[in-house]
Amino acid sequence: MSFINYSAREINTKVVYYGPGLCGKTTNLQYIFNATNEGARGKMISLATETERTLFFDFLPLNLGQIRGFNTRFHLYTVPGQVFYDASRKLILKGVDGIVFVADSQRERFDANIESIENMFDNLREQGIDPKSVPYVIQYNKRDLPNAVPVQELRAALNKDNVPDFEACAQSGEGVFETLKGIAKLVLQKLREGAAG
Amino acid sequence: MHEPQLVMYEEEFHKINSILERLVRESNSKSIFLVDRNGQLIAHTGDTEHIDSTALASLTAGNIAATGGLAKLLGENEFTVLFHEGERDNIHISLVHRKVILVLIFDERSSLGLVRLRVKKAGDELARIFDGLLQKAEQGVGAGADSPFAEITDDDIDNLFRD
Ligand SMILES: Nc1nc2c(ncn2[C@@H]2O[C@H](COP(=O)(O)OP(=O)(O)OP(=O)(O)O)[C@@H](O)[C@H]2O)c(=O)[nH]1
Ligand SMILES: [Mg+2]
Repeated sequence: MSFINYSAREINTKVVYYGPGLCGKTTNLQYIFNATNEGARGKMISLATETERTLFFDFLPLNLGQIRGFNTRFHLYTVPGQVFYDASRKLILKGVDGIVFVADSQRERFDANIESIENMFDNLREQGIDPKSVPYVIQYNKRDLPNAVPVQELRAALNKDNVPDFEACAQSGEGVFETLKGIAKLVLQKLREGAAG
Repeated sequence: MHEPQLVMYEEEFHKINSILERLVRESNSKSIFLVDRNGQLIAHTGDTEHIDSTALASLTAGNIAATGGLAKLLGENEFTVLFHEGERDNIHISLVHRKVILVLIFDERSSLGLVRLRVKKAGDELARIFDGLLQKAEQGVGAGADSPFAEITDDDIDNLFRD
């Protein structure tokens, strides 16, 4: 849930990267971390296993600059994608303002993507959050791999709500900032709606 | 059912800061952080310069969330106090009003007993302030015309990403 601080003149929002195990959520954050000026980001925290699988979450605070004199901060989180970490995923979703669903384009992960996005909607509902009230975008990651499923096919299976979607190769950084910008826009537009309503 | 957005105003912010400043003195602690349950830092006081407060906020919220999950498993309501003892510094984390997290860092110049006592009193005062903020949020103060976001344009948003 976003936090507006009139005293410090800043607005803080929470964006969660969701998706199946090994789809590239942590890689997205790592790329953003490496490609951002030190002044515009804080330390990246990764609570990971010894084999670098996310155990609880990754966290990266970003400062996107000023809107109307307010510092706009985005706190990026990833969830652990492995199926058995479901309890942790639910906790990370609490207070979410926007979601990036990262899909793994590889043919053999097709079903895992579907399972994961359904799990995301289930978990939102379980937190008492109406999935329709949370802005989200989809990223089709690992477009560089030879076994990548055509985008139309992924779109038909995953993007039922017709949300903004992006092709990416998180390893090289292609599409990473486009995705971030896509979700940031939706989150800020939502804030505007909330303010107007 | 969405929890209302946390909005902080000048007046409450000053009240909170003076409570924290008194607490840091009266509890002989080194530093204090006030964090919301989602990991956003609300205020801090004391010797906080060499601590990454954003990281601390996110980790304590994660910590509270994880132990809250454990409590649920056991059929407990919630564990409202966490205490970690280090070789030099100790950290006392408490959930105020099920809403905000109060973090005190202290060393041998204080004691767990003193910290507990002082935290309880300050916690009650903080709870009252957050009650008030919640009421304001429910009445929609800060929404509407005086929100800085009521009038943002798509250009404003695009400008954020112009490097
Ligand atoms: N070829 C290719 N590999 C990628 C891409 N993005 C990520 N990877 C690799 O995929 C592996 C898993 O990436 P992570 O970012 O750790 O995946 P994750 O989604 O965080 O996984 P969990 O933490 O288990 O949920 C790593 O070896 C990455 O280098 C990509 O676009 N193309
Ligand atoms: Mg990961």
